[in-house]
Amino acid sequence: MNKVLYIPFLFLSLLFLQVFILNNILFLGSINPYLYVAFVIFYPLKKERYLFLFLSFLLGLSIDFFSDSGGINAFALLFVAYIRLFFIRVIFKKTEQDYLLFNLHQESFGKVFNYVIILIVIHHFILFSLANFSTQNFSSVLLNTLYSSIFTLILFFLGSYIFRRKEK
Amino acid sequence: MQQIIYFFQKYKYFLFFLLLQSIALFFTINNNSFHKSKFISSTNTITGGLYEKFSQFSDYFNLKTQNEELISENEQLKNLLEKYNSIGDSTVTLSVIDTSKYNQKYICSKAKIIKNDYHRPNNYLTIDRGTAQGVEKEMAVINSKGIIGITEKSSSNYTRVQSILNNNSKINARLKNDTHFGSLEWDGKDYNTVQLHDIPRQAALKIGDTIITGGKSTIFPEGILIGRIKKIDIKNNNRSIDIQLFNDMSSLGYVYVITHLDKKEINTLNNSTDE
Repeated sequence: MNKVLYIPFLFLSLLFLQVFILNNILFLGSINPYLYVAFVIFYPLKKERYLFLFLSFLLGLSIDFFSDSGGINAFALLFVAYIRLFFIRVIFKKTEQDYLLFNLHQESFGKVFNYVIILIVIHHFILFSLANFSTQNFSSVLLNTLYSSIFTLILFFLGSYIFRRKEK
Repeated sequence: MQQIIYFFQKYKYFLFFLLLQSIALFFTINNNSFHKSKFISSTNTITGGLYEKFSQFSDYFNLKTQNEELISENEQLKNLLEKYNSIGDSTVTLSVIDTSKYNQKYICSKAKIIKNDYHRPNNYLTIDRGTAQGVEKEMAVINSKGIIGITEKSSSNYTRVQSILNNNSKINARLKNDTHFGSLEWDGKDYNTVQLHDIPRQAALKIGDTIITGGKSTIFPEGILIGRIKKIDIKNNNRSIDIQLFNDMSSLGYVYVITHLDKKEINTLNNSTDE
């Protein structure tokens, strides 16, 4: 896909997918996937990071607008966006020179899996702790994080598999 | 000076990150207190309009249950009407209408829920009526089965409603066969169960008793249905009462917004005694 249009397309499709479809799934009463984390995972690596951080913040905030949740999605997504570089350095052993050529599809599945699961769990944990906004019910925060992370993870790999086949 | 510039150079992304993060945190904290102005809400034109479009599609799935609810409510109202007709059918007929006797206190107006949440610790609904239709903040929202929430913020065409399934929500409630009252809260666990607190110890409670609104606030009229007592726990002299709601909060369609006509009068009276 055209590189200029790729990011606005990713932004809008993830936003509407999350707000109108995924937020209404409520599997077993309360389990929702939060697939919009994929924005942070798919966003191309660049040295200049202002735009990336700002767009992550904006995507989270837009979802907050729709779901009346204050700023919890913005907070969680921005946090994951900021620490992404650290995990890329640790897991994939990439330096600044490799950023341009970096492509998730060319990495080994084990590494990608670790990378994705860490980002998703951190994001979900922050999201649910902030939504809870008190020290009570901490067990439900952990349970929600676990279930929703599994759900998001399955959807993420299904989705990325389908879209990769299409590009060929 | 050079040190400062060097510092900013080195940590520019981190500072930018902190700036955005504090904005998000500010919104989050703001959202958790009832009476502050809210910036982030789905009552604005873009989100409200999109939700309305979307709910036009999803409404078709609920048509059957909506119809059934309407029919049962009609049945109830017809029975009430019959009762009144039989009263009027006596030998005494009122010829003079004394307006001071028919002092209407509440007005109902219908609205439609275009967005509903019930799985978070703090849930909000959005309805398709706003200040242009006379809906303002702190009005009661109910349907035929019972209470739903309190309006919190209005734009010109949409209103955000704080659901009873919200950690910040506190509603005056009492037993139907008794005048002891307590406050209704939600512990954030099950969306069909709410909790009644601070009910006096002398109140006799039984499982299955009906709980209704108490009418001690200027928001809810007295006697609106809430639910049934499901479980009574006694823990160190503190009774916590679980209430099964009559409403299924996960499928709501049309609602009524109640305007209290004497609210201003009562509020000014209360404020003047405080001084």
